[in-house]
Amino acid sequence: MRKLMIGLVGAALASTMTFAYAQDKKVNIAVSIPAADHGWTGGVVYHAERAAKLLEKAHPGLKITVKTSPDGASQANALEDLTTQGMDALVTLPHNSDELTDPLRQVKEKGIFVTVVDRALSDPTVQDLYVAGNNPELGRVAGTYLKDTLKTGDVVVIRGLPIVIDEERQKGFDEAIAGSGIKVLDKQFGNWSRDDAFKVMQDYLTKFPKIDAVWCQDDDMAVGVLEAISQAKRTDIKIVIGGAGMKDMIKRVADGDTMTPINVLYPPSMIATAMELTVANFYDQVPVRGSYILDATLVTKDNAAEFYFPDSPF
Amino acid sequence: MSDTSTNTDTRGAFRKLADLDKTAVAPFLALAALFVLGALINPNFLSIDNLLNVLTRSSFIAIIAVGATFVISAGGLDLSVGSMAALVAGVMLLFLNSAAIDGDMAMLCVGVLVAIGVGALAGLLNGAVITIGKIEPFIVTLGTMAIFRSVTVWLADGGSIAMKSTSMRALFRPVYTGTFIGLPIPVWIIAIVGILAAFILYKTSFGRHVIAVGSNEDVAKYSGIHVNRVRAMTYVLQGICVAIAVVVYIPRLGAATTTTGMLWELQAITAVVIGGTALRGGVGRIWGTICGAFMLEIVGNIMVLSNIVSEYLIGAVQGTIIIIAMLVQRTLQRKK
Repeated sequence: MRKLMIGLVGAALASTMTFAYAQDKKVNIAVSIPAADHGWTGGVVYHAERAAKLLEKAHPGLKITVKTSPDGASQANALEDLTTQGMDALVTLPHNSDELTDPLRQVKEKGIFVTVVDRALSDPTVQDLYVAGNNPELGRVAGTYLKDTLKTGDVVVIRGLPIVIDEERQKGFDEAIAGSGIKVLDKQFGNWSRDDAFKVMQDYLTKFPKIDAVWCQDDDMAVGVLEAISQAKRTDIKIVIGGAGMKDMIKRVADGDTMTPINVLYPPSMIATAMELTVANFYDQVPVRGSYILDATLVTKDNAAEFYFPDSPF
Repeated sequence: MSDTSTNTDTRGAFRKLADLDKTAVAPFLALAALFVLGALINPNFLSIDNLLNVLTRSSFIAIIAVGATFVISAGGLDLSVGSMAALVAGVMLLFLNSAAIDGDMAMLCVGVLVAIGVGALAGLLNGAVITIGKIEPFIVTLGTMAIFRSVTVWLADGGSIAMKSTSMRALFRPVYTGTFIGLPIPVWIIAIVGILAAFILYKTSFGRHVIAVGSNEDVAKYSGIHVNRVRAMTYVLQGICVAIAVVVYIPRLGAATTTTGMLWELQAITAVVIGGTALRGGVGRIWGTICGAFMLEIVGNIMVLSNIVSEYLIGAVQGTIIIIAMLVQRTLQRKK
């Protein structure tokens, strides 16, 4: 389950589809995602809109409606509205799995193809397709890199918020460095915020005279960490590892910045992957049902260009 | 354990200072108790670098809270300051990025004026709707909180707005990182804002009107005070303070994000109350407020420096310390 895989489940496709009419076929796809309330979700909105344009251009009969909602309750309302308007498939990144499982079940009962992104539902039978990043892997890749590069050293960790995603990342990291010479000096929450990460890092610098590396699992926080280090003029910190693939950080990696040699992907563009696969289900007669777990790809100087979106807000 | 002992410590120390204004001194005694706690937990706490870091970091909340002291002592409330800070920061950054004027220095100076203008206008909007519309400040500023936040998110396209020009960034950065006679610039800015605010609140007729309106609106009205004008003006002052805080905030990270200023309103209100200003109005303590903002930041600092508290429980300990600080104060007030 933790590996990149496509579950080849239920290859039977809609029997109405024929090759002759495939390109002009009318398909309505609705995309329901959270409003841009922080950098990463901002990236989700950008990539959803970008993918919608590209896909509509490639398939003349295709219509994609992107709808953003500020919270779980309004997303449930939006789902009802979208169902009333009529759609063949729904691609959604639910605000909250527990809250939205039932509204999505109602969508599913109307015979609509349901694709769920990032946050798995409490009842997996509701989703036809599940596309997500790999949180434990995000921690593991970062931990493995530190273990292989530094061999021994003192590391401080800045966590996000106390929710499942953060726990999974932390667990992956802890497993990767277990038994190695990498010692975690301290762990604190930085709330996935630049300002809070800046404060925590400033206090770490006061508390520990020697720090070899910082793992902060998110690029927004990495911005605050780097600023705190440069302001304190400390030279002992060799590596700062963020994650998620924010454009400014990817650019640093591409430019060969020695302090940020790598990044670990947890890309908001996974919404586009989900949309592509959903469209493929209707137009290309390929089996897509199942789970599609994206790798937490290690971004280095060599492959950074591949993941750089200069126009994206994230 | 340590909490009860610091409590009695401050009481003991307090008896020797019996002839001072007890409520005004209380926040400073609580601050002293925090210093003792911090020094016991980690010797690095008392290092000059650490204390200056914390004092500098507290500058945004301190400056905003000075504005909130006016609003609250006039019997009002402003929940929109955090979102307003994000909006002012966003607009100022977009202006700086527009390169409308030649020369980085000129651009920055005009940028600061733009920020203060936007802050004052946003405050005026709050004040006007509250006084002319006769609506509860809680509801009005809850509304503008959402409005300012959404507009910022819209301006930032859901991402962040960063200062594009690196030369301007280099020129602006010292406003947060620089020092003057050994003290960081933000500390000087807190001091200047504090002195000006204390002068306005304690030495001018406007200041006395603010307190009068907060104590009893009807009496103030019959005494010939333009109640609405005074109240609206406190919101404008609040807006200007938010703008000054933003001018200190932007050079730190050179960017505004959609989470900039999140929950600052609560921190500012907490600082004001810890500082001895009554939430019901009629009492305003500028220096107490600044001390309160410093205390909030110190509590966070002590938590990170300590090794005894699990990262999951930090919020609980912070809450406890704040409540104890308030209890110390109330005990002192009752004795009066």
